[in-house]
Amino acid sequence: MTDIPYLSLAIWVPIIGGLLVLATGSDRNAPMARALALLVAIVGFVVTIPLYTGFDLSTSAMQFVEISPWVPRFNINYHLGVDGISVLFVILNAFITILVVGAGWQVIEEKVAQYMAAFLIMSGLMNGIFSALDGVLFYVFFEASLIPLYLIIGIWGGPNRVYAAIKFFLYTLFGSLLMLIALLYLFMESGGSFSILDWHQLPLGIEPQMLIFFAFLIAFGVKVPMWPVHTWLPDAHVEAPTGGSVVLAAIGLKLGAYGFLRFSLPILPDAAQELAPLVITLSLIAVVYIGFVALVQADMKKLVAYSSIAHMGFVTLGFFMLNPLGIEGALVQMISHGFVSGAMFLCIGVLYDRMHSRQIADYGGVVHSMPKFAAFFMLFSMANAGLPATSGFVGEFMVILAAVQYNFWIAFLAATTLIVGAAYTLWMYKRVIFGAVANKHVAELEDINAREFAILGILALCVLGMGLYPFPFTEVMHASVEELLRHVAVSKL
Amino acid sequence: MNFVVPDFYPAAAEIFVAVMALVIMLATTFARRIARTLGYALTQITLIAAAFITIFTMDGQVSYTFSNMFISDLMGDFLKLMIYFSMAIALLYGRSYLADRNIDKPEYYLLSVLMTLGMMVMVTSNHMLTMYIGLEMMSLALYALVAFDRDSARSTEAGMKYFVLGALASGLLLYGMSMVYGATGTLEFSGVAQAVYNQSANSSVLLFGLVFLVAGICFKLGVVPFHMWVPDVYQGASTAVTLIIATAPKLAAFAMAVRLLIWGLFEIADQWQTMLMFVAVASIILGNLAAIAQSNIKRMLAYSGISHMGFMLLGLLAGVVEGDRHFALNAYSSAMFYAVSYVIMSLASFGMVILLSRAGFEAERIDDFKGLNKRSPWFAAVMMFVMFSMAGIPFFIGFFAKLSVLQAVVAAGYFWLAAVAVVMSVIGAYYYLRIVKIMYFDEPEDTTPIQAPAELRVMLSANGIAIAALGLAPQMLMSLCAYALLASL
Repeated sequence: MTDIPYLSLAIWVPIIGGLLVLATGSDRNAPMARALALLVAIVGFVVTIPLYTGFDLSTSAMQFVEISPWVPRFNINYHLGVDGISVLFVILNAFITILVVGAGWQVIEEKVAQYMAAFLIMSGLMNGIFSALDGVLFYVFFEASLIPLYLIIGIWGGPNRVYAAIKFFLYTLFGSLLMLIALLYLFMESGGSFSILDWHQLPLGIEPQMLIFFAFLIAFGVKVPMWPVHTWLPDAHVEAPTGGSVVLAAIGLKLGAYGFLRFSLPILPDAAQELAPLVITLSLIAVVYIGFVALVQADMKKLVAYSSIAHMGFVTLGFFMLNPLGIEGALVQMISHGFVSGAMFLCIGVLYDRMHSRQIADYGGVVHSMPKFAAFFMLFSMANAGLPATSGFVGEFMVILAAVQYNFWIAFLAATTLIVGAAYTLWMYKRVIFGAVANKHVAELEDINAREFAILGILALCVLGMGLYPFPFTEVMHASVEELLRHVAVSKL
Repeated sequence: MNFVVPDFYPAAAEIFVAVMALVIMLATTFARRIARTLGYALTQITLIAAAFITIFTMDGQVSYTFSNMFISDLMGDFLKLMIYFSMAIALLYGRSYLADRNIDKPEYYLLSVLMTLGMMVMVTSNHMLTMYIGLEMMSLALYALVAFDRDSARSTEAGMKYFVLGALASGLLLYGMSMVYGATGTLEFSGVAQAVYNQSANSSVLLFGLVFLVAGICFKLGVVPFHMWVPDVYQGASTAVTLIIATAPKLAAFAMAVRLLIWGLFEIADQWQTMLMFVAVASIILGNLAAIAQSNIKRMLAYSGISHMGFMLLGLLAGVVEGDRHFALNAYSSAMFYAVSYVIMSLASFGMVILLSRAGFEAERIDDFKGLNKRSPWFAAVMMFVMFSMAGIPFFIGFFAKLSVLQAVVAAGYFWLAAVAVVMSVIGAYYYLRIVKIMYFDEPEDTTPIQAPAELRVMLSANGIAIAALGLAPQMLMSLCAYALLASL
């Protein structure tokens, strides 16, 4: 293994690149800002490739570890590392960043440099979240990543953007500050260590475990988001510009779920076992109830936002059944959802750029004027509904299988998503794409251009590839998931 | 009678500043035509030279002089350096503002120097009388500064209010000191500590005195329930003066709290910790809630300052837990770090108000920040740094300030305090976010280009960068605080 600090590069290339983009200044230099941003995003992705090619499948230990003291006064270290659980998200994040930069290429005409820079900086910060192995470092990235998204929603968002941006920020801040207290408690209990890996081994009584579990549940539950703290997400999605929605859905929501795996399960195994039924119940409510809520949405973005909540309910459900199939299925679902929801929001963005409406009622018969687009949108809708041979199927199927092993009725309720999910997605598809041409604006729509074709095409390949051959994804996570479950099975009392 | 010449060496910086105050007074009297420039230049030279003197006379030892009324230790030296630093920056920020309003009279600089001297005496006092003299010196200069813009009714009103309430607080403090003297028979901090330790002090009289001491300290820090003057004075005083009130005196008041409560009355920490707990919680709650309702940015920053001082007190009250002093150093140094961080943020926040003001226009309304990102992306970013830092969001220094104080509170086992502080921080984040919202999401109302001299722009930019840089690398400042306290204990 080489000594090149790939994780640091994955974090700091986009951040420093983002600052450089910012330095291009006013909109007169917009073409330069765009080109530079694309270059940075590509370099940022390239440096994450060795994380996959150089990944050692046989071990569950942290890899590509970097550690150096940051704030020795509180024993805070700049401690990075990835295992099979986190490595895929770093790569996914870097990958999505390229698409997002591409998606904002022509659409964003005002404050281009700031727009591009915000996305690049956010990408770097989110890589930091996935690779931080120090509690404070994790927290710092977790919080700091709120700032760019707040600005993205607020500056380039829709009419009600201010409300959405502030709601998004305060919800997440509230959750994460409770987490901060839990982190400080763990720091004290562990005799002055902020290392997450040390905390994994730290014995804790059941009462503190429960309290910390609830602190983490609120912090990560808001971010996932879980029912009933999900209400910020539809607002944020509807108001955010397309790129913001894509990043939020593809990566932002994964942060909370990742937090459960990195913090809640291994640090608090007994509380996790004890409270698993609670989390499973909340997850099932998200899957079933939010699925029905999605059915009645009139706004496409809102519909996909609710569908995201339902899909993330599947993820938390998979985690807390505490068996390997469930967790791996949930992880696959997370990555698949990254592709699929990103693609769905991009598709809606394509329509919105042309029509400036997201209301389903304003569309109809789009297939007549945009056949290529309709084909892509069809594929992604099917994936969103969980059609076999798309990536959406793999994760859902694994989680449902795991649920069957766990409890029949849970599996039964979870499986309703296959019906409800298909219903809301395909019904929306039907109303937007098929039927008679609704009005003259739809008739005048131009089909997707080469740039949009490239972006959607790449995503289509990912969705199909992962659906047909998920092995490259599951093999990476296997050792780490096994180790995690072995760890959770051992009581800390 | 035997007259002993005291050792002047530990007090070299104070003596120098006192002499310079006289020099400035005389020089500006005789050089009428260049008095304003001369006053400003001499003041800055005084502050810089005093910093050098403090650095050169700093030896890490604790030394006493003037019959033990004066102490020279590392904590005092560190705080004095921070005081020169913040005064120098505050005067630099304020200069063009004062000149635009034709109130940059030499007396302004003279009062600033005298105020600095008062703060230095407070920081280095080892005796309640010395403390009181320093406090009065600072306060009297400040009263005059607040009312300095004498043609403005609001400024005069603020000065009057400040004076009446300040005099009352001084009275309370003095009364408390006399009670402590009655109980222990001495006014020297170490003597008080000794008497309390030997249990030779009358505890009910001592406690009675303690209440008044805490009240006096709270007034100077501007925390609930002695906060009434803060918003009115911040709003009424000209922004350049508000900038001064909101920064260096907080450090002096912190030193006052440390000297009186920790140096003098550490043995009864349980008592004053309980008082501070109520004060801190009330300040954090009231400060954050009231700030939301403000439309004047100076008032908003005043209420935010109240909550910040409450937060700082959380560090001071987490030192002793059920007789266990294990956490004391950690807790007090976190409070000191918080105070220093606050001063750095506060300088930048009022600096921004000055930056946006110009001759005949006060950028006092929050709406005056509207669309700043369109007018000047860089200074919008600076203000954003300040706001996020004050809200305690990483990567800015305010986050580490909050982290270290919360860490001390959690270590002391006060989880409910930490929870209150955290919940109020979320509420506090709202009004900081609102400023960011106004700067970035709204269209500008006022499209006049920003008129500010280069020195203000450069220094304010450096101030903003410092807030971010210290947030990336807080270690040095943190350990300086811890080291200064450790060497002085």
